[in-house]
Amino acid sequence: MKYSSEYRDPELAKALVAAIHQDVRGYEGRMTLMEVCGTHTMSIYQHGIRSLLPQQVRLISGPGCPVCVTPLTYVDQAVAYARRSRTIVATFGDMIRVPGSTSSLQLEKARGADVRIVYSPLDAVGLAEKHPEKTVVFLGVGFETTAPTIGGSILEAQKRGLKNYFVLCAHKTMPAPMAALTSDPELKVDGYICPAHVSAVIGSDAYRVLAEKYAVPCVVTGFEPVDMLRGIQLLVRQVVAGEARVECEYSRIVKPEGNRAAQAILAQVFEPCDALWRGVGLIPESGLQLRSEYLKFDALQAVPVDVEEPREHKGCLCGEILKGKMTPRSCPLFRKTCTPEHPIGACMVSSEGTCAAEYKYGDC
Amino acid sequence: MQNDIILLGHGSGGKLSHQLLDELIIPTLSQVAQAEQNDAAVVSGIESNQIAFTTDSYVVDPIIFPGGNIGDLAINGTVNDLAMSGARPLVISVGLILEEGLRLNELGEILRAMKLAADKAQVRIVTGDTKVVPRGKGDKIFINTSGIGVFDHGLRPAGSAARPGDKVLINGSIGDHGMAVLASREGLDLQTDVATDSAPLNGMVAKLLEVHGSAIHVLRDPTRGGVATTLKEIALQSEVDICLAEENLPVADAVAGACAILGLDPLFVANEGKLLTIVDGQEADQILATMRSCEFGADATLIGEVTESSSGRVMMRTAIGGLRSIEMLAGEQLPRIC
Ligand code: SF4
Repeated sequence: MKYSSEYRDPELAKALVAAIHQDVRGYEGRMTLMEVCGTHTMSIYQHGIRSLLPQQVRLISGPGCPVCVTPLTYVDQAVAYARRSRTIVATFGDMIRVPGSTSSLQLEKARGADVRIVYSPLDAVGLAEKHPEKTVVFLGVGFETTAPTIGGSILEAQKRGLKNYFVLCAHKTMPAPMAALTSDPELKVDGYICPAHVSAVIGSDAYRVLAEKYAVPCVVTGFEPVDMLRGIQLLVRQVVAGEARVECEYSRIVKPEGNRAAQAILAQVFEPCDALWRGVGLIPESGLQLRSEYLKFDALQAVPVDVEEPREHKGCLCGEILKGKMTPRSCPLFRKTCTPEHPIGACMVSSEGTCAAEYKYGDC
Repeated sequence: MQNDIILLGHGSGGKLSHQLLDELIIPTLSQVAQAEQNDAAVVSGIESNQIAFTTDSYVVDPIIFPGGNIGDLAINGTVNDLAMSGARPLVISVGLILEEGLRLNELGEILRAMKLAADKAQVRIVTGDTKVVPRGKGDKIFINTSGIGVFDHGLRPAGSAARPGDKVLINGSIGDHGMAVLASREGLDLQTDVATDSAPLNGMVAKLLEVHGSAIHVLRDPTRGGVATTLKEIALQSEVDICLAEENLPVADAVAGACAILGLDPLFVANEGKLLTIVDGQEADQILATMRSCEFGADATLIGEVTESSSGRVMMRTAIGGLRSIEMLAGEQLPRIC
């Protein structure tokens, strides 16, 4: 395979690996670095990065996969909408296979529900316009990367005067869960590999609170192998030196202040709210809800549905895995009853989930 | 013919059926005169006391894609299945399942591609069958091909024959077919054209066995499931470990780019004109030279080796020097790719 970009240059990568080994020489402890971005999770597995690092450096995955952190109740609500008559549920692809308490969108679709995979929320707005007799519910999940496009779709629906387009809203924001995990006494995170795409929207300054208040080093990095290794090196150096700063390795994409235009859409349509993270629990100010002027687009407000008490699948360790406390291999169901074909937890469904990554790429 | 689409009547066995056979299918696919049309073909030219026999069905969507169509795919696929067992493909049967409404000019294009592919691979299409299903009960056209091949020698390369020290060779870039079909199905714009690699490999196999004989331990075509799945099967069958070098994997830039966007791994994407061979390490260089001298082998390259351990693992040394394991995927990565 040819590598067009310097960020995939094997020689550069090997030099960085050697430098990281040099940097930790003589360091007695073990440091735990957590990544909170599904694309980073995949990159670490895909390039075999763990196998290259010195034994003092441990990489763990945190709650960075948007589908995985979405609570079970949400999936149950989506299923309830799918069961509703004259209703179209529109969603990004990964959500349809996520198991709810007793069903999934995939199962409902097979039973005849109108569930459509769209590539952009604007396609869902188009569906609403084309089917005025139907209720269209778009599943709004994801971090600051997807939220602006969903905000944009609401503005568009308003412009077109649509009365049948609704969003089932469960947006999450960074870095609130990172702060929450930092305060978890069972988990000692020595440094954060901050997400790439999310940071492009919120800006690297958003992590200053983590460095300043919690004294955890933070490095924003891209997801090519050279990016990853540079990011890890910057973190390793901070940890060895006992420092805690925010550094940005990915300045070609991420600015300290982020993307103001995207932030403006977010601020216009959404406001911060407390949010439930699967596995982690309720985290204050870690989600987005629609502002009161846009509540008429909120699915739960406009078209309420009843759902049963959520029932987590017994034995699934997704919650622990999302906190970085367990690895897929410690789950007794991994590879046995739980496979990408028959996923039991969300971590196995999403293409960015830790269990799916471990299943696909293994670890040596 | 007056109608330009397939009608239910074309499958009735009556006048329309005969018209379809006599005016389109038989003239395109073979030279059998009406007087010789019987329920079964008489096959001559089998002297060997062992034959190879295989069958495969083709349901690819779309039926016509960059570089080929379901017709040549169906011929090449069965030719290659026979060739990988070490046999020389001799005759092929063709079963067509047509959906009412299929355009006759598309059917014609597909049949002509079948004939061309059969001629190129030097196999004869000797028997066939045509059925028509109502609109909505099929999808344009499904094709089943079965084939018979003969062994001209006693060599039987097998998935269980890989040995530590062997080298893993492939005759060119991986993932082309799957990405070509996916790109045309999803309407992806890949900047440069990615065409299917569908090709008959029996010529290359004959040459390899003739020149290198028993140094050719394993021959497989990495179709559905791609190179990764095929190697994993071999590692398990042979009870060996296989280690690939990522930097040696030949992947076209357009395929690598499209895979990155779609979250696919080219190692798992289907090929239709690729041959994976695991050979005696001592003779690998000469074997590579032979492959490169063959049609469809110009880009042959060494991608990995069989190592001492016997746990049936496939590993990859990544370009940056990391090590990761390669597992079989559950389920189908891409449905209806062949
Ligand atoms: S392997 Fe499956 S059951 Fe186990 S934690 Fe992962 S998703 Fe849950």
